[in-house]
Amino acid sequence: MAEERRQKLCSVILPTESMKAMAESVGVGSLQEDSCLALSEEVSYRIKEIAQDALKFMHHGKRRKLTTGDIDHALKLKNVEPLYGFQSQEFIPFRFASGGGRELHFYEEKEVDLSDIINTPLPRVPLDVSLKAHWLSIDGVQPAIPENPPPVPKEQQKTDSTEPLKAVKPGQEEEGSIQTKGQGASSAEVKGKEKMRMKPRSTHELSVEQQLYYKEITEACVGSCEAKRAVCVCVCSQGPKFKEFCLALFIRCNIMNSKYTTKHLLFPLHELIPAVVTCIVSKQLCLRPDVDNHWALRDFAARLMAQSCKTFSTTTNNIQSRITKTFTKALLDDKTQWTTRYGCIAGLAELGHDVIKTLIIPRLSVEGARIKAVMDGPVVSNIDKIGADHVQSLLLKHCASVVAKTRPLPDMVDQYKVDYGYLGTMLCSHVVKARAQAAFQAQTVNRTTLTITQPRPTLSVSQSGLSTSSGSRAPSIIKVPSSLTLMSTRPGTPTQPSPPATKYIVMATSAGAASTQQVITLSSSQSGSPVTSTVPSTPTSLQPLVKLESGNTGAVSGSRPLQKYIVVSLPSSSSSLENKSSSVLPSSTSPISMESAVKLERSESPAANTQSH
Amino acid sequence: MAAVQDGQMELDAEKETKPEILSDGTSNLSGNTASGTLSSSPLTAAPAGGAPKMEDQQTLIAVLQFLKRNKLTDSVEILRREAGLGEDQEDSQATDGSGGGKGDVDGGDANSLLSRVSITSAAAPQSMPVKRADDQPDVSVVLSAYSQQGDPSLYQVYYSGLKNFIESVLDCHRAELSQLFYPLFVHMYLELVYNNHENEAKAFFEKFSGDQECYYQDDLRVLCGLTKKEHLKGNEVLLDFRTSRFVLRISRDSYQLLKRHLQERHNNQIWNIIQEHLYIDIFDGMPRSKSQIDSMSGSLAGEGRRELNKAKVFHGLLKEPEIEVPLDDEDDEAENEEGKPKKKKTKKDSLGSKSKKQDPNAPQQNRIPLPELKDSDKLDKIMYMKESTKRIRLGPENLPSICFYTLLNAYQGLTAVDFTDDSSLLAGGFADSTVRVWSVTPKKLRKVKSAADLNMIDKESDDVLERIMDEKTASESKILYGHSGPVYGVSFSPDRNYLLSSSEDGTVRLWSLLTFTCLVGYKGHNYPVWDTQFSPFGYYFVSGGHDRVARLWATDHYQPLRIFAGHLADVTCTCTRFHPNSNYVATGSTDRTIRLWDVLNGNCVRIFTGHKGPIHSLAFSPNGKFLASGSTDGRVLLWDIGHGLMIGELKGHTDTIYSLKFSRDGEILASGSMDNTVRLWNSMKAFDEVETDDFTATTGHIHLPDNSQELLLGTYHSKSTPVTHLHFTRRNLLLAAGAYNSQ
Repeated sequence: MAEERRQKLCSVILPTESMKAMAESVGVGSLQEDSCLALSEEVSYRIKEIAQDALKFMHHGKRRKLTTGDIDHALKLKNVEPLYGFQSQEFIPFRFASGGGRELHFYEEKEVDLSDIINTPLPRVPLDVSLKAHWLSIDGVQPAIPENPPPVPKEQQKTDSTEPLKAVKPGQEEEGSIQTKGQGASSAEVKGKEKMRMKPRSTHELSVEQQLYYKEITEACVGSCEAKRAVCVCVCSQGPKFKEFCLALFIRCNIMNSKYTTKHLLFPLHELIPAVVTCIVSKQLCLRPDVDNHWALRDFAARLMAQSCKTFSTTTNNIQSRITKTFTKALLDDKTQWTTRYGCIAGLAELGHDVIKTLIIPRLSVEGARIKAVMDGPVVSNIDKIGADHVQSLLLKHCASVVAKTRPLPDMVDQYKVDYGYLGTMLCSHVVKARAQAAFQAQTVNRTTLTITQPRPTLSVSQSGLSTSSGSRAPSIIKVPSSLTLMSTRPGTPTQPSPPATKYIVMATSAGAASTQQVITLSSSQSGSPVTSTVPSTPTSLQPLVKLESGNTGAVSGSRPLQKYIVVSLPSSSSSLENKSSSVLPSSTSPISMESAVKLERSESPAANTQSH
Repeated sequence: MAAVQDGQMELDAEKETKPEILSDGTSNLSGNTASGTLSSSPLTAAPAGGAPKMEDQQTLIAVLQFLKRNKLTDSVEILRREAGLGEDQEDSQATDGSGGGKGDVDGGDANSLLSRVSITSAAAPQSMPVKRADDQPDVSVVLSAYSQQGDPSLYQVYYSGLKNFIESVLDCHRAELSQLFYPLFVHMYLELVYNNHENEAKAFFEKFSGDQECYYQDDLRVLCGLTKKEHLKGNEVLLDFRTSRFVLRISRDSYQLLKRHLQERHNNQIWNIIQEHLYIDIFDGMPRSKSQIDSMSGSLAGEGRRELNKAKVFHGLLKEPEIEVPLDDEDDEAENEEGKPKKKKTKKDSLGSKSKKQDPNAPQQNRIPLPELKDSDKLDKIMYMKESTKRIRLGPENLPSICFYTLLNAYQGLTAVDFTDDSSLLAGGFADSTVRVWSVTPKKLRKVKSAADLNMIDKESDDVLERIMDEKTASESKILYGHSGPVYGVSFSPDRNYLLSSSEDGTVRLWSLLTFTCLVGYKGHNYPVWDTQFSPFGYYFVSGGHDRVARLWATDHYQPLRIFAGHLADVTCTCTRFHPNSNYVATGSTDRTIRLWDVLNGNCVRIFTGHKGPIHSLAFSPNGKFLASGSTDGRVLLWDIGHGLMIGELKGHTDTIYSLKFSRDGEILASGSMDNTVRLWNSMKAFDEVETDDFTATTGHIHLPDNSQELLLGTYHSKSTPVTHLHFTRRNLLLAAGAYNSQ
């Protein structure tokens, strides 16, 4: 340390060459070496003195950066005329030149054409000083508003969103230590947390008129008229009084899809998110949880959450990591209800493969044990059993695809059991299935692209109802990104040999890597509403993900024959496949039946169309 | 007490002269042997002949001059008779000496002669006025200047000898004696420089600068550039360092140890420096520990002398003016009309108790004349009372809300901010020489109508004060032009009618907030004025600047009433503060000391040392007992004014603290810093935890508890906005202000 300090403090003096150069510049030709030395010593001292004085002006100007103005003022202190012309705030534009064994720093003075200056338009007048007030702290707690810096630095946010488990654990420890200490700096924080928890539930009292209004809006929202719905969304977003319950209404009515949120930005995030999160993790969403299908609402809300995380998460609001933290915390709690547990898992799963990989898969064995306890143990309540069942299928659904991708072959049941516990067996079969499907889809993709140029089976959904398209048009359709084409596959595929159910894969080609793939099961039966599931695609994989819906899930009864349309999104680059495969065209068999199915579907439920866009 | 002290000092002065004369003799021996060119020097041609004798004579003459100047004619006679000097001899000596001085400078001869230059030049004050003014301001200074002459190459040996000795002594003494290093180092270095031993000086610096405490870094940086005698002339700070004595506090045991060592070694060089340039404050008892010493050291002039901090300071608050009671009744009547009799009673009680309580530490009401209260002041007092009943009681469980006023687009640089006491106006000083005033309430700023318009107003009407305002000029902010340099300090008068601003151009300006024009420019500081502040009662104000003095002014006098001189370096910004009772002024300085001055007689009554960097903020606690100070080292120190002790250290900030403020009840201390944070500290706890028993009070030895983290109640980051000013409203809402820094 002493060494370092001494180095810093050694007195540096200007080289005598500089003195000579300066002397020459003012017309003194031959300066003796001794005089140069004496001069440079004196000049160095004076410069240091001025710099030290200038530093004072910097301190009093409450700045960290020394400016040319400070030097001017320091010169003024010494009764020296200030230097004129150094007004540059940012840097001093000295240039370096060398040649003939001499090195020089000089200040470049350009010749400026006056007319140029006159002719250039005047620069904008800088804004005047203005005063703006905001709350830095309210009762000792700093509010998270844009005027205040993010409560945690960026690095912290990054680790939070990538490893929320880690972030949660220290937080919990901290809380413990705070409670033991119970005073000092952190007491305010604790108080704030308690306040958050104690917030009472608000009740909305509605007048008769309001109730009528509510009814009207509900009808418009649930109804079939798209125009009506748009209007009512607009109205609701403007009337602040109804916002809160309308919001809940919208979510329940499943119309709160990404289109509306992004297009109209109906609600500020802080109003939107609590409502959505409630829909995901609330203990009870309907009167009869054992009968009503609130799981679908949870699924949907989770998807919406994931969507808004992607769209609106910034470093300031840091939604994604906060949401992840909330879910993870609830998931880690042993006392969490099955309904909430389901919501948390769904919410996390929708956030992407990485989240599933880091947060859900490590928990599989724990969750498995919990499920087992309910399934195999004495029947406590039917609700629990249903809940456990749903959680199980949800876990299998989401984890299978991820495990299939990350886990190397072969899939041994025993090994799975060791790794994932109770769920291992089922997971293994699911993974095998997923792998098979992936392989099958790779196949079908090849095959379907073969059929694209085939004139008859190719259907364009984007073109309303006109199913017959000429052969010459087909290539143009596939080139347009995100246009949807419907095509048939051969019914005699190895995985799905049963003739009554026909599958159609709708492929959306998209340029963006982070697009979601929508799998739509269009059923020909009139009772069932279409079940849609979205699988976020991993950006790197070129292989498309295909989701196969087994006919027995959901509200659709299994007895009826099903026709399924599977929508697969492919990266746009895959269009190159078309030429190569055009020779194997005539193999497809049932274009007409499919055509009719599509028509049927369209006439029955228009909502499906809007969703597949 | 003071008289005794004076006596001691005189004794000291007499002692000083003795070793000097002695050492002159010894040093001349070496001088004789060293320089063979003595004969060529004009000085040796002096009639007295023989260098030693002549030098003795010169010293005698210098003393004679000194005595003469001080009109001590009898002593002059006696001295002349004893020394055998004639009057003519003295005169001729003087003229000769002047010639010799010139010759010396011209010839640039051997080192041995240089010591005489100072003496001869001083001995001939009349004949060489120019040189005297340049070099030495006074004969008395000469007597304590670097006239000794040791072998320059031996300086290193001396210093390292002492160093080895100090490192070998017992631990308890080592810490105390280590204090000697820095002042000795500086003085020895300056002595070498002064005597033109440039190379030796550099070598000396190289070798020992690394041993100095890190908080002297800034001083060392100044020193290292200084290698020539000529450089010393212009450097006031170092001149002051030489002429004032560095104060050390050492226990008797340690001092005896040192003394014995130096005498054994015949280390006159160091002994002389200690005698002449250091003031060793010896106390009986246990030596202090390293941490105790460290907490108090760091200033440019050493620690404050203990006797100096013993003076009585009336730190109590003044009684609320008697006039308040009838006024309050009036107020109550008004309230009675509104039908609120309940409130009236409680208020009266609180007021009664307040006026009854007589603070034993309070100064006399008329110790300094204070302006009489005007009607508007009384109204304001009532407002204040009303507001203070609604005040939030703050504490660790109940932190204040902070409202941050950000100045956007302040590209020119915000340098100072002030709020009015009722938090209705905000003033900003800018580096582009402007002062801007904003209204932070919906009430806009209006000018008074022109004289012609004013004539037409009905002066008898009740709302005449409202009528004189010109609605057309209403705006949210006003700009005051007048300064010709950056504005470093602004301060509102308590009645909100005036604004003071101080600037780089050396003036303090008084602005009217009714007409928004400049009323007076106070010229006195010839250098930048870093800060100014109104007294809490108005009328008086204080300013401090680069000229190292603080000045007390009254608004109706164009010349200062008091000049507080004593700081060794600039009196810094936001660092001249009035005590709540207006009888004292505290100033902080770049020399890392805080001084408390008595307004009545201009005496310095307290010196607080312990900061390791220039002090940039000061705040008195509302009860007047404590002082908080913040500096560039990022620490806040708390001081007990009555006992003159440091009582707390608050660590946490990472950059210069530019603003400090106590809450209205004194429970919370808020600090704002360059590191873009506002921090809140539990000042109540800090004050309570200090036990000031008699022992610490008398010796001044403090043990600081390291409890900054416990005292820190909150840290609030702003978005790259350094906190320039803090202000508690009357209801204890904290207002902060700063300019957004977009870089």
